[in-house]
Amino acid sequence: MLEVKDLRGGIEGKEILKGIDLAVKPGEVHAIMGPNGSGKSTFAQVLAGHPGYDVTGGSVRFEGQDLLEMEADERARAGLFLAFQYPVAIRGVTNAYFLQSAINAQRKHQGLEELDTLEFAELLEGKLEMLGWDDRLIHRAVNDGFSGGEKKRNEITQLAMLEPKLAILDETDSGLDIDAVKAVSGAVNKFRNPERSLILVTHYERILNYVTPDHVHVLAGGKVVMSGDMQLALELEARGYDWITDGAAVA
Amino acid sequence: MSTVTQPKSVAAELKDAAAPYVEAFETTAGDSGGDPAWLQARRGAAIARFADAGFPGSRQEEWRLTDLKALARTPFTLAASASEAVSSVDEFVLGSERQWVVTFVNGTYVPALSRLEDLPSSVVVGSLREAIVTHSTLVEPHLAKYALDEYNPLAALNTGFIRDGAFLHVPRDTVLERQVHFLFLSVPTSGTNAPVTHPRNLFILEPGAQASLVESYAGAGTTGRYWTNPVTEAVVGDNATLDAYRFQREHADAYHTGTTYSTQGRDSKFSLIVFTFGADLSRHDIRAVLDGEGADATLDGLSMLRGRQHTDYHTTLEHAQPNCTSWEYFNGVFDDHARGVFNGRIIVRPGAQKTDAKQTNNNLLLSASARADSQPQLEIYADDVKCTHGATLGPIDDEHLFYLQSRGLTKEAARDMLTYGFGSEILNAVKSEQVRQGLDRIIHDWLKQVPPMGA
Repeated sequence: MLEVKDLRGGIEGKEILKGIDLAVKPGEVHAIMGPNGSGKSTFAQVLAGHPGYDVTGGSVRFEGQDLLEMEADERARAGLFLAFQYPVAIRGVTNAYFLQSAINAQRKHQGLEELDTLEFAELLEGKLEMLGWDDRLIHRAVNDGFSGGEKKRNEITQLAMLEPKLAILDETDSGLDIDAVKAVSGAVNKFRNPERSLILVTHYERILNYVTPDHVHVLAGGKVVMSGDMQLALELEARGYDWITDGAAVA
Repeated sequence: MSTVTQPKSVAAELKDAAAPYVEAFETTAGDSGGDPAWLQARRGAAIARFADAGFPGSRQEEWRLTDLKALARTPFTLAASASEAVSSVDEFVLGSERQWVVTFVNGTYVPALSRLEDLPSSVVVGSLREAIVTHSTLVEPHLAKYALDEYNPLAALNTGFIRDGAFLHVPRDTVLERQVHFLFLSVPTSGTNAPVTHPRNLFILEPGAQASLVESYAGAGTTGRYWTNPVTEAVVGDNATLDAYRFQREHADAYHTGTTYSTQGRDSKFSLIVFTFGADLSRHDIRAVLDGEGADATLDGLSMLRGRQHTDYHTTLEHAQPNCTSWEYFNGVFDDHARGVFNGRIIVRPGAQKTDAKQTNNNLLLSASARADSQPQLEIYADDVKCTHGATLGPIDDEHLFYLQSRGLTKEAARDMLTYGFGSEILNAVKSEQVRQGLDRIIHDWLKQVPPMGA
């Protein structure tokens, strides 16, 4: 599904990603962990196509396509989704209007009929019911005045509605209390199926207790310095990052 | 010895440009023979003030960013009646609910294009010309009493040429059940000179009355140069509520210079939301006076301009009594070489304690050549007040664009959605469902014409 080879890039001439390799197969859940400044969020932004980041080397193939040649919106329509760590507020645009437009942009791309307001409302109602959430955020402006938890919930609602092939969750668990982590994790688990893949970018192993990863990678200094399974995450939780990053520095 | 003619200074030229209007006033004075003496006196005094001041020039602080030279140099003639040029007003009427519609074509009331069925007998809605004759006792105490036209030569010019316009009188404790839409259509005529109209509007809400109204200015028929120079006076009595909207959708080569004055009594509510989409050059001066304790004024605006369109809002919120609140929120969207000016003045008179005034002006520039200027002006002569102001200016935020694109919207669709959202901040303040419907359609139509984005 996703094949990242020797990906290098950064912002304003500063190289942050220094040769990342990662292969994600359909249905897999990969956790990318790492200390602050390791390049985790940059990696997520580069995959989603943020125009502010420069890719200076390497390749990324997504479903057989050259991802780096595609605009952010093309990547989204091809089935890639980034749940933002800090989603921006869009004043004056309601979630409902935004989501309906996003879904219809995707459907148009797939050659499907666009959903009218009623069909959209039905789809949304079904998804919210599945997630166990009410619709109180739907008629508010996108992320405008939302609490941290509401913003994350809003990202997950979009994920559920857009049903991407690959979802990248950038620190979706940060800043949430344990109940909110459980709620978000429950929602993410409902998204999982053998065709869909997930990349969890996280600083803490906490969310991994609820969404079990198949693979855990540690990013440090813009490179994957260690890969393993859930055991690795538990070890990081117990020992911190220093033993790995120190090793990376001398390696 | 040969004499050398010095080129006239611009200031002298602007002053002299008043002469043809004064001449026209004198030659058409016969028209006002039917006017009551009080009105003749007010008109005469006003035209003298205009003659004395001439057209305002860019040396005057209030006119620094809006240049009237081209307007002053254009010869205009009072518009001739052209009601036959308009067969229907359907395209100008907003929304789907029933409204009372009062239509003026080239400044003259046209009953055939108006809808006033089922009007309550206690309420007067219609033409000022008629009201001057039939309801002189209602008109006389108010007409030209609030327009401080010694400071505004164009308002003085309007007063000099008072002929017709909108009139609304809602008696004490009466609620007007339907919205009234006053529609001013201009038809550029084929004469040698371009036409000018000076619509004069007077809205009076007696204590406890309540009404919602729309003032619309639009071009009808083919495009062409014309000038609309309206003045509106609104009197909102104690405890009364006036919910007003104003659309400026003139033809792209028209001039529009408007003035709105309001005065409010104790515990009254006045809301005016203004929309600017049209005209080559437009200017709107608004002065809202909170002249009764506990009065509340809302002044919101949305401008969306492109090409070389220019608009200039000069607003004054005058807190003359204690415990009044005012809220002002103006958004402007400028594409191509369009330009917007916003000057927001808040005056707190001595003794107007506990004033709470908030002013915001946001400008979205869709092109590198668009420009917006924002100037707050606070004049506070009381010590226990809360006055805040803020302004923003800039292009669409790249992070916002990226967020929407990351959900599958093309860059253009994302930009249009963000622009719509920016406009929605004002749209959402609209209480009237039909105004909201009409405005929503106008914004979407406007967005359809925004060109694709560069790489």
